[in-house]
Amino acid sequence: MVDSYRPINFKEALKLLKNNDCILFAGGTDLMVKNKRWSGIVPSFKKPVIFIGHLKEIKGIYKDENSLRIGSACSLTEIAENKNVPEFIKNVILDMASPATRNIATIGGNICNASPAGDTLPLLYALNTVLVLESTTGEREVPIEKFIIGPGKTIINKDEILKEILIPINNFNNFSYKKVGTRKATALSKLSFFGTSETHDGAIKDIRIAFGAVAPTVVRAKDLENKLKGIDKYNLANMITKISNEYSKLINPIDDQRSIAKYRKKVSLNLLEKFLREVL
Amino acid sequence: MKKVINLILNNKSVSIEIDPLRRLLDVLREDFELTGVKEGCGEGECGACSVLINGRLINSCMVPIGTLEGAEVLTIDGFKSTEKYKVLEECFKEAGSVQCGFCTPGMIMASEALLRKNPKPSEEEIREGVSGNLCRCTGYNMIIDAIMLAAKRGEGLW
Repeated sequence: MVDSYRPINFKEALKLLKNNDCILFAGGTDLMVKNKRWSGIVPSFKKPVIFIGHLKEIKGIYKDENSLRIGSACSLTEIAENKNVPEFIKNVILDMASPATRNIATIGGNICNASPAGDTLPLLYALNTVLVLESTTGEREVPIEKFIIGPGKTIINKDEILKEILIPINNFNNFSYKKVGTRKATALSKLSFFGTSETHDGAIKDIRIAFGAVAPTVVRAKDLENKLKGIDKYNLANMITKISNEYSKLINPIDDQRSIAKYRKKVSLNLLEKFLREVL
Repeated sequence: MKKVINLILNNKSVSIEIDPLRRLLDVLREDFELTGVKEGCGEGECGACSVLINGRLINSCMVPIGTLEGAEVLTIDGFKSTEKYKVLEECFKEAGSVQCGFCTPGMIMASEALLRKNPKPSEEEIREGVSGNLCRCTGYNMIIDAIMLAAKRGEGLW
């Protein structure tokens, strides 16, 4: 029998993690599938499990003057129902999985699972999200694009717990999100596209673009975004093809049981071009 | 190591000494003999095992019992005795929503979760509410009709 712990508070969870090599279990919707065994048999966890999904310290959603702060153990439903969360974030979340899964799956779990198809990720990358990691020796902040280094791989230390997700407050006034899957719910993404912009006086002030499930990690190109800043409608129309070709070099999907590379690339670029055509 | 877990199961306080990693689904079906809860996929995708935990619709195959200290769990077996269930049952019968019946307990729990939050759902909202419940037999439309009918007939219950 593998040990399991249900710490009474976050501090206790950190202490347990310091002294033991454990698996952190928040919502469990990825872990219970990964460790699934036969009916009636306990899942195949090889290391002790620490339940953290109930810890109040990592379940809050607040706004401070700079960011929206989301506790890592907030369920997707809790985020979608919270009055501090803007509509465009709720829309991304409500496209994920199904009501029952959203009721226990956590944003922290989606990030730490670091699937190339993780649905919260394009949004979080595009918004320059910062992650707060904590251990018994202190706290550190890591930008999300530095946190995830490959499929299923993050730079979290063995004694750290992802505590909070910080999304900088922004003034974006246009959003485009599309999750492409085989059905409207409980779909694993073939690809996803998130685009947002802030426009002012007929020109682009800020613009963010991110693609999911078309590379080992989320595809975002700050240098291409910078090329679009300050551009007006007339000049944008002339740039779309060139920008699309640049992104085409960065989008490297694979053939797998969900989809083929050709389809993923074509649709990604179609979504990008549609977004750019409609930005101004 | 086994632990004692205390929870409120179908409105009764219960305690069980058990491996906290055992799935709620197995605890319900085997340890408490509540076989109304079905195992379809065991992966949280089909909804056949759905129950209400603290009022939320959750797939019991995804939940280790150790996370449920102090939680309120309602299964189809407990829900069956309520007035709301009787309305749903009647409507599922009338609309022809049950063929093999395997998805039905999950569909009923999803309907209850939906109607608790939204007593007068649109068709779109009903479809969204059962979007995590798979049915291989009916093609879903009769199930949607039944829930629509139940919302009308159960006026005041939700």
